[in-house]
Amino acid sequence: MTEIVTLAEAVAAAIRDGDTVAMEGFTHLIPHAAGQEVIRQQRRDLTLVRMTPDIIYDLLIGAGCARKLVFSWAGNPGVGSLHRFRDAVEHSWPVPLELEEHSHAGMANRYVAGASGLPFAILRGYRGTSLTTHTASVAEITCPFTGETLTAVAALRPDVAVIHAQRADRHGNVQLWGITGVQKEAVLASARSVVTVEEIVEVLDPRPGAVVLPSWAVGYVALAPGGAHPSYALGYSARDNDFYLAWDVISRDRATFASWLDQHVFQGIR
Amino acid sequence: MSYASDEMMTVIAARALRDAMTCFVGIGVPSEAANLARATHAPDLVLIYESGAIGAKPGTLPLSIGDGSLAETADCVVSVPEIFNYWLQPGRIDVGFLGAAQLDRFGNINTTVIGDDYAAPRVRLPGAGGAPEIAAACREVIVVLRQSRRTFVDRVDFVTSVGFGDGPDSRQRLGLTGPGPQRVITDLGVLTPDPVTCQLVLRGVYPEVSVDEVRDQTGWDLRVADDLAEIPPPSGAELAALRALRASRPLSSSDLQGAAR
Repeated sequence: MTEIVTLAEAVAAAIRDGDTVAMEGFTHLIPHAAGQEVIRQQRRDLTLVRMTPDIIYDLLIGAGCARKLVFSWAGNPGVGSLHRFRDAVEHSWPVPLELEEHSHAGMANRYVAGASGLPFAILRGYRGTSLTTHTASVAEITCPFTGETLTAVAALRPDVAVIHAQRADRHGNVQLWGITGVQKEAVLASARSVVTVEEIVEVLDPRPGAVVLPSWAVGYVALAPGGAHPSYALGYSARDNDFYLAWDVISRDRATFASWLDQHVFQGIR
Repeated sequence: MSYASDEMMTVIAARALRDAMTCFVGIGVPSEAANLARATHAPDLVLIYESGAIGAKPGTLPLSIGDGSLAETADCVVSVPEIFNYWLQPGRIDVGFLGAAQLDRFGNINTTVIGDDYAAPRVRLPGAGGAPEIAAACREVIVVLRQSRRTFVDRVDFVTSVGFGDGPDSRQRLGLTGPGPQRVITDLGVLTPDPVTCQLVLRGVYPEVSVDEVRDQTGWDLRVADDLAEIPPPSGAELAALRALRASRPLSSSDLQGAAR
């Protein structure tokens, strides 16, 4: 059953050093406020799982919270490189970063397998690519009915999923809409979950195309209005494209990044 | 009207799209080209973004594959597992656009690392994203990239997405259901694969581009078609539509760097 708590309480209760944590949200509804709370609480040795690491993981990597990254596309969308990610891979700064890399289709299916309680998922993919040489969680599998060779990808079973949603009700039922990505699968694949929301309402009125996670499938809900920024919450905010462009400059240099982190994450200056 | 070589590249990519096709769109030149086609000769082009937006009709160029304008104008928005499993994998999508940091003579693509050592790369690139399955399953794959010895290499450092593998029959052997890259569009000209050898052949060059110049910018011994075409330049209408689109989009860092040079 959901507990409705503060964001600091939710992170303190759900996320421990060494955990495998999946913060999902595909461009839309990225749980930035929660990511920054993890940095403030100085979690270490995390295995971070996410299809598109984006600015949220660039921050966690640069802040030294991550030991390993499981991902499928690590760029600043429409802008260029994720500089803190690159610095960690190319120069082991601030700490070495182990990689486990997949394609989007592979990662999406790994979440589906995790949510389904299966050990792996099957897809057509990866064959002929160099990914199969470098990624242990990919293997060939023969279809028992047709004999066709297909690809198996190991299930993702994170310790914790972290997502941002538009709304929850007083019971902790969660509702999200617009681009809903892989969040439902991430929550259902994980042992624990933290959901930040734009608002908590008395009753969730039905929305076309919305995903509803019932309260008994959700761990912690915390109110965090604007908690997706610089990503967005459809119906509440717009994507801050200027910030994505500005991040290229802020994150390029270690000192500039460290000063931004100190001011905006640790001191909370907005 | 005078134009830049990357404008030519985007216009040629847009011309490759026919009206009412379904098109899997990535950010950058592919998104520009697809939206240019929709603004000119292909108003009913169906834009599909990997964020799950099917039939998106953005009024301005999006910066990301998940901008609000895509979800709000789409015919429907599906989950990420669904877009890959139900829509891309079975071969329902006509054309997929891909970019590349490196490309070899068989149209294999690298967007993962530059350098021989995966664990200690010279440059770490973003990685695969949706590209491997787009390259595997779309009915037609179009690769768009600037041509130079840095990008057109004898051997890619990492095969992120498979073109024709190591030659004829590779795709069949690997169980890749789509026909592979049918066209490579650069800032110098257009290449297509030879039907027998599967190696890329230069089919057309842009105005004022010589074959020697293209060969110079290619890291292998490039074959040139006997009936090499000169591709007509962008029309005034195409250029005007492209520039209007670009004016509607936030500047990207490459624009900013370009402005600083």
